[in-house]
Amino acid sequence: MSLLPFFQWCYQTPIGETIRDSTWLFPVIEAFHLLGLGVTAGAVLIVDLRLLGVGLRKQPVAQLAAGAEPWLLGSLTLMFASGFPLFLSESIKCYYSLPFWVKMTSLFLAVLFTFTVRRRVTRTELTSARPLLGRFTALISLGLWFGVAWGGRWIGFS
Amino acid sequence: MSPLAFFGWLADSSWSVDLHESQYAYSIIESIHVWTMAVFFGSVVMFDLRLLGLTLRKVPASEVLDRLLPLTIAAFVIMVISGTLLFYAIPLRSYQNIFFRFKMLLLLLAGLNVWIFHSRVYPKVVGRDAEGAPPRAARLAGALSLAIWIGVVFSGRMIAYNWFDCDRQPQPDIINFLTSCAATESGQ
Repeated sequence: MSLLPFFQWCYQTPIGETIRDSTWLFPVIEAFHLLGLGVTAGAVLIVDLRLLGVGLRKQPVAQLAAGAEPWLLGSLTLMFASGFPLFLSESIKCYYSLPFWVKMTSLFLAVLFTFTVRRRVTRTELTSARPLLGRFTALISLGLWFGVAWGGRWIGFS
Repeated sequence: MSPLAFFGWLADSSWSVDLHESQYAYSIIESIHVWTMAVFFGSVVMFDLRLLGLTLRKVPASEVLDRLLPLTIAAFVIMVISGTLLFYAIPLRSYQNIFFRFKMLLLLLAGLNVWIFHSRVYPKVVGRDAEGAPPRAARLAGALSLAIWIGVVFSGRMIAYNWFDCDRQPQPDIINFLTSCAATESGQ
């Protein structure tokens, strides 16, 4: 089954149409999307760098993860809330865009990984005995989020 | 040579034109600029939130700063280099872009805020920030920094849009004044 009809339906929603008809809406929503991107990066990096043994390495991983999590959840909410209307306004272009599919696949995997494996690794003190586990977790997390950032930027170039 | 004439000359130089018209180089530089922005802005936000007492309250603010600063500085250096190249690719239009001008103004303010923070506020933070919210001056510096950097990201994003470009007339006089568009018409 093709997803194209669904993307076409998204395109003609009132939200998508309103954004397309406006000069300002797309750029302003996009700027909020970028701000969310920055906060997500900060909340992810502070924990992943710790897992890699740089940054705030005196603190227990669990403490940093607990401090960063509300900001990670908050910024991801902002990203979804701003990204979804942007998608509605150009969903047909997205359907034919390779970067869009790279982004969505990476996003799905990044969120899945973050709230299952990474959460488990960072909540317990597993990594103090097995630093390699922490490093792998951080590298996978950073790699997946970079996939999201790569795709996100290149949707605009296609 | 006026700035306008200088950036006009720069815009006509062959390397600038090559970069502007390149198939991939410009896009890659712009991507690097955005990605390092996320790292830079993210680390600044985490530190500002700590100054405001909104995250990692159990970690001394001075330690958050010491440990994050190398990352922040590295990202900032890459942003300045990539940003300069982006400007170099489209110099005249960027120089006359109202959002670019606003962004540069905000960057000056951000620099001033950093300078005041490090010379006057930070020494107070180090002594008494074992736990919880730092002193009021530190919280104020954190809030200011957040507001300024949000403004920088916002105006940076808007540079791409040509609503107030000189070739889109008529514009209100105040816009043409702020973008030096009037000078282009009469002076060049």
